[in-house]
Amino acid sequence: MTSYPDWWKLIFGRFTLEAIPYHEPILIGTFAAVALGGLALVALVTRYKLWGYLWHEWFTSVDHKKIGIMYMILGVIMLLRGFADALMMRGQQAIAFAGNEGYLPPHHYDQIFTAHGVIMIFFVAMPFVTGLMNYVVPLQIGARDVAFPFLNNFSFWMTVSGAVLVMMSLFIGEFAKVGWLAYPPLSGAAYSPGVGMDYYLWALQIAGVGTTLSGVNLIATIVKMRAPGMDMMRMPVFTWTALCTNVLIVATFPILAATLALLTLDRYVGTNFFTNDLGGNPMMYVNLIWIWGHPEVYILILPIFGVYSEVASTFCGKRLFGYASMVYATVVITILSYLVWLHHFFTMGSGASVNSFFGITTMIISIPTGAKIFNWLFTMYRGRIRFELPMMWLVAFMLTFVIGGMTGVMLAVPPADFVLHNSLFLIAHFHNVIIGGVVFGVFAGIAYWFPKAFGFKLDRFWGLLSFWFWVIGFYVAFMPLYVLGLMGVTRRLSRFEDPSLQIWFVVAALGAALIALGILCFIIQIGVSIIRREQLRDTTGDPWDGRTLEWSTSSPPPAYNFAFTPIVHDLDAWADMKKRGYRRPLGGFKPIHMPRNTGAGVIIAGLATVGGFALIWYIWWLAALSFVAVIATVIIHSFNYDRDFHIPAEAVLREEDSRSQLLGRA
Amino acid sequence: MRIFRILPLLPLFALLGGCQMVLLGPSGDVALQQRNLLFASTALMLLIIVPVMALTIFFAWRYRASAKASYDPDWHHSLPLEVVIWSVPLLIIVVIGAMTWMGTHLLDPYRPLDRISAGKPAVEAKAGGNGIRKEPLVIQVVALDWKWLFLYPAQGIASLNEVVAPVDQPIEFRITSSSVMNSLFIPALAGQIYAMPGMQTKLNAVINHAGEFEGFSANYSGAGFSDMRFRFRGVDDKGFGDWVQRAIRNSSPLGREEYLVLEKPSEREAVRYFRDIPSDLFSAILNMCVDRAKMCTRDMMALDAKGGGGKEGIHIVAQLEYDKSVRRGGQPMPPRPFVTAICTPTDVYGTAGVSARVAN
Amino acid sequence: MAKAKAQAQAAGVPAFYVTEDEHAHSGGSTMLGFWLYLMSDCLVFAVLFATYGVLGRNYAAGPSGADLFDLRLVAVNTAMLLFSSITYGFAMLAMDKGRQAAMQGWLVVTGLFGLAFLSIELYEFAHFIREGATPMRSAFLSSFFTLVGTHGLHVTFGLIWLSVLMVQVSKRGLIEANRRRLLCLSMFWHFLDVVWIGVFTFVYLMGVLK
Repeated sequence: MTSYPDWWKLIFGRFTLEAIPYHEPILIGTFAAVALGGLALVALVTRYKLWGYLWHEWFTSVDHKKIGIMYMILGVIMLLRGFADALMMRGQQAIAFAGNEGYLPPHHYDQIFTAHGVIMIFFVAMPFVTGLMNYVVPLQIGARDVAFPFLNNFSFWMTVSGAVLVMMSLFIGEFAKVGWLAYPPLSGAAYSPGVGMDYYLWALQIAGVGTTLSGVNLIATIVKMRAPGMDMMRMPVFTWTALCTNVLIVATFPILAATLALLTLDRYVGTNFFTNDLGGNPMMYVNLIWIWGHPEVYILILPIFGVYSEVASTFCGKRLFGYASMVYATVVITILSYLVWLHHFFTMGSGASVNSFFGITTMIISIPTGAKIFNWLFTMYRGRIRFELPMMWLVAFMLTFVIGGMTGVMLAVPPADFVLHNSLFLIAHFHNVIIGGVVFGVFAGIAYWFPKAFGFKLDRFWGLLSFWFWVIGFYVAFMPLYVLGLMGVTRRLSRFEDPSLQIWFVVAALGAALIALGILCFIIQIGVSIIRREQLRDTTGDPWDGRTLEWSTSSPPPAYNFAFTPIVHDLDAWADMKKRGYRRPLGGFKPIHMPRNTGAGVIIAGLATVGGFALIWYIWWLAALSFVAVIATVIIHSFNYDRDFHIPAEAVLREEDSRSQLLGRA
Repeated sequence: MRIFRILPLLPLFALLGGCQMVLLGPSGDVALQQRNLLFASTALMLLIIVPVMALTIFFAWRYRASAKASYDPDWHHSLPLEVVIWSVPLLIIVVIGAMTWMGTHLLDPYRPLDRISAGKPAVEAKAGGNGIRKEPLVIQVVALDWKWLFLYPAQGIASLNEVVAPVDQPIEFRITSSSVMNSLFIPALAGQIYAMPGMQTKLNAVINHAGEFEGFSANYSGAGFSDMRFRFRGVDDKGFGDWVQRAIRNSSPLGREEYLVLEKPSEREAVRYFRDIPSDLFSAILNMCVDRAKMCTRDMMALDAKGGGGKEGIHIVAQLEYDKSVRRGGQPMPPRPFVTAICTPTDVYGTAGVSARVAN
Repeated sequence: MAKAKAQAQAAGVPAFYVTEDEHAHSGGSTMLGFWLYLMSDCLVFAVLFATYGVLGRNYAAGPSGADLFDLRLVAVNTAMLLFSSITYGFAMLAMDKGRQAAMQGWLVVTGLFGLAFLSIELYEFAHFIREGATPMRSAFLSSFFTLVGTHGLHVTFGLIWLSVLMVQVSKRGLIEANRRRLLCLSMFWHFLDVVWIGVFTFVYLMGVLK
């Protein structure tokens, strides 16, 4: 290590040139690929003079639809990164046997499993779920935007900011080596002194601000902005689940923020919350993080249950069976998800009564969840099922998820958990529910709403290929992990002694490769669909014979969503409207009041990224500067009172006329 | 079409026959009872899972659009069905819940064993009076970076990365850790429990078959975690006596000084034995005061219970810093950005501490 | 809307859209949104209170609350904050009557009380740190400084917000947007008051009692 002069430390903090991992070929290769790809993208955008378009129409947009699409794009990009981590882990575990160290030393491997967990939860699943809610909820409730459009844009960019920090850790410094929930004392300053943990803390803290605010935003939207006539028990199920999810977000993400802040204080200031020293208590952290962490998994799965409900009723061509019990089940899950956190650490040695209390509350959650499964099942009964892609994902989900649910209840029995905790059985279980539940549902949602967002359907052939690769790949990748768990193999190991385990890891690696093909086919599917968009075009705005309000408007919907706010008379409002001879209004339009785009969200989130980076590297002057700049930007933004405008009635008329022509052609 | 989904699973079933699923065929009574609970709860859940999966496939096939089966777009509610779909899972959960409540209490790792194995109680019946409980073998366990130390207080020995116990003899593990969280797990013997610094957890278990079994840490604890393994051996009583004798013959002393050396991070340590162990060593480890300059957490907590050390106690920080910063990964900890005086016997006013920090 | 419905029903088909669009005002959900934000902030404090509850007796052989706290100082401090809440209430009354100058006056008084509160708190912190009772000394002091300091940080942001709002009111008058903002700040300010009551009781009073 070369020593650096004082002026260097003053300017660059603890950043040194050694922090650039130029001696690690894998990272240099990745960096070269990312850099070249990035340059090519920049060149293309510049060549076609798209910067202005991107800035004005997308980055600064407060339109919930565009923000929703941007969330989905973020999710896909981060999925590639998170999945690359998964492939590397599977590769390492498939070869590191009996003296073979594999190609990843612990220093590297430990960062990868931490990054995989963090990225998949915070920057893949969360953006996907938030993106779907952002796009669909206002359309489903007949609103023109969310309650706080600017805040929506800001929330998105804060999430991006966190993702950018995580990606930066790949090329500047390192990421945390602590597992995705970073238990102290291991994650404290004493045992993880490097920048990795600080990347973790600031990335999650910044992204968490965005998530919390987007939760507030969507609750206010659903509570306040529903179309007339849509009382609570006429809300589409997806909107219901979105409401419950956002309640959970607002009720738990502040806990994450506070917990991470305490750990940050421990690391930066030297306080003793979670240290072994001076009265600190690491178990407090484990409790707090799981009080957030358990509801978090319901934050991910609830809206996806909503997606499945919409898909089930649409493609079975009938009303959802047991709407009321579906709603109650969702609410019950929301409440119960708060009462089960201790099941993540039965093995900490709480007494038998505490353990059995939390074990039993956990099992109780399976009752409403089971009710939901039955509701989808009986929606299929006497339906007329069209096996379009979303419906196939639904069936795959129902068959896969029940297995995950069963292994979940097994883990909820404390004595059984004592042998299964932290094992690959557990890994298989939560991938079973997250892939079999959330990921399948996200793909169902994408296939279902893509024509709404872009005006053409997704290509069926590549979609089917992606579907089968994903489903088969999932089983090949994770069933071996169940077996390995029962063989007593624990998680987060980078090398093994017993050669008889190897075959299972090789099979699992093959499964991961199949899933990789599934992702590849998905991306090809998007590309092919864009090329074939004219053949796949939907001019009706209602390609699936949908049942909820988003299908009543054009595809893609106009900026204002609805020329006139719809009135709701029944659950499945659009199906009801179609049945009773709804006629689209053709005239009498009035100017529509809309929020104006603003760049403040991008700027504040950009400053937050700089500030986070400065704090990670102890560049104090830059941290202070960006903090002051954030405050100043907020204040300046608050002096701007001119935040909305009217779309003139003539523009609305033009828009609606062009739709009439499209409909006439069809 | 859906049958293809099962195809990739078939070779796995063939493989299942050949592998050793230690959790499903354990050698210790506690692990065996835990397995039985696993089986029972799985069987109960299959009662509902299997029909659901079958119905899903059946309905998906029966009501596909091309089948032109009966179609009832307005059928969306049925009270009897709703009652069934809520109450059947409820009933199953009531049963599993009751099993959980009992199982959790009976298999509480803190609870002394009631039985050695099925039909063999731990309390030996004695004619005309109270039975005698078989005294458990106490083994104190310390999770170190990254190896396991087992202390046998009654035998006066300790071993590194190996633990041996007589068959059918109740064992009481008392577990702590020296730095970060680990988890003591011997799958063939019993479930795991965390090892945490400054805290003691307990695990009661018994091994019913002689043999050599794997043990390891089941909670990620840093770079050397993958090799944090040890052997657990179940032997007969004579074998245990022989092992103790052999351990004594091949041992080196383990006093506080030696422990502090041993505690430093290292990986893949070979099995070693120790003797001449101070009787208070485990308690010193547990209270993080093996280094005599440190105040024992037990004493600290006693003081705190009486209202703390007052303002006079402000400057005794050095005795209370247990996090072993420089020991791991070789990176020095960043200097703590605050100045506090350190009082040591040679430097009562703590000025050396202040200047040392400034020099940092 | 009601009219459109009635017309349509007369025609036999229900109305499926609103022809008379209500005036969509952008601030309709602000109060609810701000409430939700406050509840989330409340949870942050809940975590800090819980942490204090768990760690608040871990003095690490160091000083306890009874050794450190000066209740007279805290009583004065509490009075400052309570007075500032009252004066903010007066400002809101003035706003309702449309008396802008009076309102600004009360806001100045509120700000001064807030500033006094902050100064006393900072003095208290500085005093503790000078004595060596730093946040690093024990888990009790870590959780004490964090809980009280987080509240103080909120007050600081409240003061910045207050000043910005006063400038905005003087530039634009009591327009609807400004009234809404003043109401939000009002909720925020009273919320901080409520939190302080909790801090005063659980940290200071119970800390000295023990």
